[in-house]
Amino acid sequence: MYEKDGEKYFVVDGHIHFWDASPGNWVKGQEKYAKGWIECFHAYQSLGPAETHWPMDKFQRYSEEDFVKDVFDEGYVDVGIFQPTYLKEWYAGGFNTLEDNSKLAEKHPDRLIVNGRWDPRDGEAGLRRLEEDAKRYDLKGVKLYTAEWREGSRGWSLKDPEAARFLEKCGELGMVNVHVHKGPTIWPLDKDAFDVRDVDYAATTYPELNFIVEHVGLPRIEDFCFMATQEPNVYAGLSVVVGALMHARPRFFAKVMGELLFWVGEDKMLFGSDYAIWEPKWQVEGFVDWDYPDDEYSDFPAVTTASKKKMLGLNAAKLYGIEVPEECRLPVSPETPAAPEDAQLVEGAA
Amino acid sequence: MSIRARVLDALGTVYDPELDEPVTSLEFVSSCDVSADGDVDVRLRLPTSQCAPNFAFLMAADARDAVGRLPGVRSVTVLLEDHCTDDEINAAVNRGEAFAQAFPGETEADLDALRRLFWRKALVARQSRVCEALLAGGATAEEVTARHVADLPDDPEARRCLELRRELGISREDGAAAFVLPDGRPIAAVDLRRWLRIARLVRTSLESNGGICRSLLRVRYDLPKPEEIEA
Repeated sequence: MYEKDGEKYFVVDGHIHFWDASPGNWVKGQEKYAKGWIECFHAYQSLGPAETHWPMDKFQRYSEEDFVKDVFDEGYVDVGIFQPTYLKEWYAGGFNTLEDNSKLAEKHPDRLIVNGRWDPRDGEAGLRRLEEDAKRYDLKGVKLYTAEWREGSRGWSLKDPEAARFLEKCGELGMVNVHVHKGPTIWPLDKDAFDVRDVDYAATTYPELNFIVEHVGLPRIEDFCFMATQEPNVYAGLSVVVGALMHARPRFFAKVMGELLFWVGEDKMLFGSDYAIWEPKWQVEGFVDWDYPDDEYSDFPAVTTASKKKMLGLNAAKLYGIEVPEECRLPVSPETPAAPEDAQLVEGAA
Repeated sequence: MSIRARVLDALGTVYDPELDEPVTSLEFVSSCDVSADGDVDVRLRLPTSQCAPNFAFLMAADARDAVGRLPGVRSVTVLLEDHCTDDEINAAVNRGEAFAQAFPGETEADLDALRRLFWRKALVARQSRVCEALLAGGATAEEVTARHVADLPDDPEARRCLELRRELGISREDGAAAFVLPDGRPIAAVDLRRWLRIARLVRTSLESNGGICRSLLRVRYDLPKPEEIEA
């Protein structure tokens, strides 16, 4: 929890990692890719405040103690959600896997949520694996990385016919939160890999699932926004937006936030630090302090303490069914009409 | 003008297709050597090793074409450095091959559709800057949308709009509408506000993407850090 000026913010960090990118985990012959990937992440870290930069060796592999200190002790995070990224073509044991994440989560059962993953190219075996994972880890969501390289294939799309069975399985087994992360490649390579139209298609076809587009579709924020305004089950994952822009390019950050608040709305935006690219501490503090810098932004929606509470934790808590302490909840405004669920509560109590 | 100066000028006409900015101003040209006999060696660098291979290919291929056209140039080698697909791209580009030959079996079509998609985005973004400047100068929506190509200011932004119109096959004649949708139809006064709202989003997307690219390039190659660049 973060407290500022008498206001209490329940923090759900919707995008965290526990990775191993140390040379010992690089696949032989693929060192160029393994090294390039983590160097790219490390460059992103440098867009945060200088005092939060790590040396490369620590960045490649950080300890459990680092994690607990950065995320829980100093980072104000009440609940963190692990988003795995496998990349087994480049990292022998995987870059950031469900198995590794869950070992850590077992030690902090109320504070860490693990998400699973699937890849339509894994076929029948992948589907079985997903079922096992769902059961074993009680999964509420998955993270999908469409740019993952696999045996000569450089990516996939949510529109691929093979993906349909996996999406259906997600609904069937209650893994309703589908986090989608776009990367620089996709099959076929001549298409724009960052295009989010396949998410649009999936969101329309599977209304029972929530699609959280990580990094708000960066670098295709416009396509993401146009989609999110039309699809009630599409959400904005704010990781990278906060980490890469709030400190390094504050005016762009203000414009991007303004556009997101206008097109997507504060009820569908979810904070994520993308730890360990960036530590949550400065992001949470800066986000709570943030407002538009000047009048140039006057035709964007205003951002209030309540908006920030929603984005920092309450929205994600709703999607994942996380219990929010009374003191951190928003008062129900008298103008809000009662929902059918409210009636059920009253009936249940009677 | 020396050959090298002309080569650099030519590289200034090569655009990052995604950001619609010249590779020179983006500092993507890491070196450019010209021998006495006119053999040119251009090295390109990108913000990350993971930048999209299709855009990377286009920049390398366009650079080779632009330099190769110059009189006095005997040969051109363009090498993309430190990229996850640099071997594939360099081999194909310097043999004059197409994208499909760089990545056999991994493509369905050439890159024309991708290029057009980003020309359209760029036209929307750039027109909105020109348009907003006019509105800020006191013009009404009716006045702005009544303007013709001949009325456009003679500045880099408007000139680039006309280049993009040429690429997209949209009329550039003096009497054609100054502000158009990507399919060439004029923007109506009544639609201007809505169009600007959308155009501003497209512009913010391109600009913030460009901002992140610049930041990452500086970190990657330890370049001096200028003030925050705002368009």
